[in-house]
Amino acid sequence: MDTIIQGKAYVLGKNIDTDQIIPAEHLVYSLSDPEEVKLYGKYALSGVPPEQGGLPEGNIPFVSEGSFRSDYTVIVAGPNFGCGSSREHAPFALQVAGAKAIIAESYARIFYRNCVDGGFVIPYETAVPLTEAVKTGDELKIDIEANTVTNLTTGKAYTLSPLGDVFSIVQAGGIFAYARQENLMAKS
Amino acid sequence: MAQTITQKILSRAANRRFVDPGESVWLNVDVLLTHDVCGPPTFDIFKQEFGPDAKVWDPEKVVVLPDHYIFTANEHAHRNIDLLRQFAAEQGLPNYYDVGTSRYRGVCHVALAEEGFNLPGTVLFGTDSHTCTSGAFGMFGTGIGNTDAAFILGTGKLWEKVPESMKFTFEGDMPEYLCAKDLILQILGDIGTDGATYRAMEFDGEAVYSLPVDERMTLCNMAIEAGGMNGIIAADAITEAYVKAHSSKPYEVFRSDPDARYHSIRRYNVAEMEPVVAQPHSPDNRATVRSVEGTKITKSYIGSCTGGKLTDFMLAAKILKGRQVAVHTNIVPATVKVARDLECETFDGVTLKKIFEDAGCSIALPSCAACLGGPADTVGRSVDYDVVVSTTNRNFPGRMGSKRAGVYLASPLTAAASAVTGKLTDPRDFL
Repeated sequence: MDTIIQGKAYVLGKNIDTDQIIPAEHLVYSLSDPEEVKLYGKYALSGVPPEQGGLPEGNIPFVSEGSFRSDYTVIVAGPNFGCGSSREHAPFALQVAGAKAIIAESYARIFYRNCVDGGFVIPYETAVPLTEAVKTGDELKIDIEANTVTNLTTGKAYTLSPLGDVFSIVQAGGIFAYARQENLMAKS
Repeated sequence: MAQTITQKILSRAANRRFVDPGESVWLNVDVLLTHDVCGPPTFDIFKQEFGPDAKVWDPEKVVVLPDHYIFTANEHAHRNIDLLRQFAAEQGLPNYYDVGTSRYRGVCHVALAEEGFNLPGTVLFGTDSHTCTSGAFGMFGTGIGNTDAAFILGTGKLWEKVPESMKFTFEGDMPEYLCAKDLILQILGDIGTDGATYRAMEFDGEAVYSLPVDERMTLCNMAIEAGGMNGIIAADAITEAYVKAHSSKPYEVFRSDPDARYHSIRRYNVAEMEPVVAQPHSPDNRATVRSVEGTKITKSYIGSCTGGKLTDFMLAAKILKGRQVAVHTNIVPATVKVARDLECETFDGVTLKKIFEDAGCSIALPSCAACLGGPADTVGRSVDYDVVVSTTNRNFPGRMGSKRAGVYLASPLTAAASAVTGKLTDPRDFL
């Protein structure tokens, strides 16, 4: 597992639901066919109303027109990120687009589980909202061991809430890797 | 030690006498539910992790109910059905309900009940967030993703954090103008879309126990809209009568201890409550229908796991009988069984089907349809700046298709009254 995640931030508001992360009409593509998988990257966060994407300015798409990958590595959002449906396609789409971590005030349960158990992106929480302290395009550096995030654009550092029980699953890379490591299922 | 009903059910599934809120426990799963959107990727992960020739832990406990993208020309959607069919054949799954055959049922949460899979005291996981609907039967039901579902397929187990419980007590006699939908929208307005995150929502009180099973399912269905892990109503005589009519399997009835610990308790008197809607674009954006009445709508939609059960249509028929709709109105029965019931159940001596046809409604085939937008050719999908009054459960931006559309979530009575006038209308104007 990487110990440092560094890249550009993409800032969103509160209650970003899974229909905004990946609209339902796109759920038909295969999650295993490499060509079709790219479409999940293309449409990641395409359901966000344009003016609410890429705050504080808005009208900044997560993935630019015609592209399959995002320029942004860390998503910063308000409370209740990933509310709505159980579609695992949501954290998957963010990963395919190139996101490695999310820093939100809080998460909906199923989305949080999916991020961790599927090993797609790391769902961090902060006690202090970062949506005001970070602008879309700022360069962020997350230190996984130290549990901190530094906004390299402003020079300010923030503490991330500990991942607690799930850190070992995140570290292993998902529930299957974790279960093998802990001898809960046969090693393959 | 005193426990809530949710704790007791999870204790049983963890082979423990007591589980504490906050602790993570491994649970033995009674039923795993999946459908056409999440089944194929779940099966892929299962094969990848357990091997191409691996067998599921218990074929009897896997229920596959395709329901999302059924009546569409979309080739990818058809391929997903093929993948379900193939996996069910390989694994010899007896509980696969194939599209295009007499076994097709429709919306999974409603079909689960009809097919007798909902048993008090059991643990159900499903690859759909509205799996919490089944909590109406005094059981634990919650949604999960594909990876967790694949883990269950191979092992029959999953870890879960034992939730704290929030209790919602509804006292008084249900007035005829209120539906379960009004009760849950009231709660959502009070606690918000993350007001119950990682918690159990337990419903009780005489008003709740006066409701038929269909209406109890509506209450539990939208627990997820508050972020709830599960919604739950302890089984009573009404539940047991339903369960016995649909299954011969044994079950165990659990009830919360009187001194069980709750995160919070809220009490409501239904006599003081009013019909409400959730305004665009969030299920917690509550307003009384009176305060927004007159708002012009372009469509009315009565359907889905939340609002497409027989009781929902009985309620809508009360208002639509002998009247004409002023806007396009979609009637989407949740299941084949509900669709058949529309043809034989009557209100004032007229079948529901005839009432809806005479009123000028369009009756669609049973599936999830436009509740979640779906492929471009989905019946009832919102377009452009549509303003929809809908008995479904979500109104996030773009949920029913168009990002520019606005959706008002409402009870079947409010959706029917508004269909008649073409604007948001309090059902008391017709009752």
